[in-house]
Amino acid sequence: MKNHDNHISSDSANWTVLLILLILTTLSILAIKIHVGAFTVALALLLASVKVTIVLTYFMHLKFENLLLRLMVGGVFLLFAIVIAITFIDYYFR
Amino acid sequence: MSTTEHSEHIDSDTGKLGMWLFLFTELFLFGGLFIVYAVMRSKYAADFHHAALELNAFIGATNTVVLLVSSMTVAMSLTAIQQKKAGKAMGLLLITLILAGVFMVNKYFEWGHKFEIHLYPGSDVMKSMPHGEIMFFGLYYMMTGLHAIHVIIGGILLTVVIFKINSGKINAEHYLLQENSALYWHLVDLIWIFLFPLLYLIT
Repeated sequence: MKNHDNHISSDSANWTVLLILLILTTLSILAIKIHVGAFTVALALLLASVKVTIVLTYFMHLKFENLLLRLMVGGVFLLFAIVIAITFIDYYFR
Repeated sequence: MSTTEHSEHIDSDTGKLGMWLFLFTELFLFGGLFIVYAVMRSKYAADFHHAALELNAFIGATNTVVLLVSSMTVAMSLTAIQQKKAGKAMGLLLITLILAGVFMVNKYFEWGHKFEIHLYPGSDVMKSMPHGEIMFFGLYYMMTGLHAIHVIIGGILLTVVIFKINSGKINAEHYLLQENSALYWHLVDLIWIFLFPLLYLIT
């Protein structure tokens, strides 16, 4: 099984991605420490989602994968979001 | 591109596609636990707040940094093998394994401390707690424990990859196993990215 990846991520690109991830981690810790109120949980989850997207896109090379794979990954995360939404609708309105 | 090369190309792609399908099942394994956490948190908000204060955010943050750096070294190792630098690829994977070890040692101290103060499922201390706090610690042990098992499996996979690079079975032309092991390792990182704020940060 021969690999034919056209794209090879450079070391400097990987360092940049790590730096951004570390900055986002620091931001989420600071956000919790200063207590932004009712939005704390939402903000923490938003920052986590941004980090996950960056890992998927660059470290897991999704940016350079074919469309089918990218759609599948997007679809699975959409499905998961729907499952969470339905769970909460069910939970609050039963 | 010749026809033979084309069929080989598809082989490598399907191998990766299969790995992604497996990763989806992993996402839903942890996803189910995330949903339980979310519902229980909304039901026992005060208990969850109180119980989360018990967790050491510093250890959580340290392990977050450790996993993020290890994710980068795994990605760099793939770059190295693609550029025919086998030695560098093995070195970076070795650093990843060391970081995995650091993560597990942190986990050991974290769990060890909780066991010392008798804070574990089934202990008398935990039985006397309010229902919501028992839920929180139950989920904490389940989620971090399941995640730690994944760290160990990832470590074993990466060790196999190091040996295969050493023997030349993984090289600049054939590195699907390394690619898939790297994907698995990144998944371990992805799950922790959500576990860290949910368990350690939000109180």
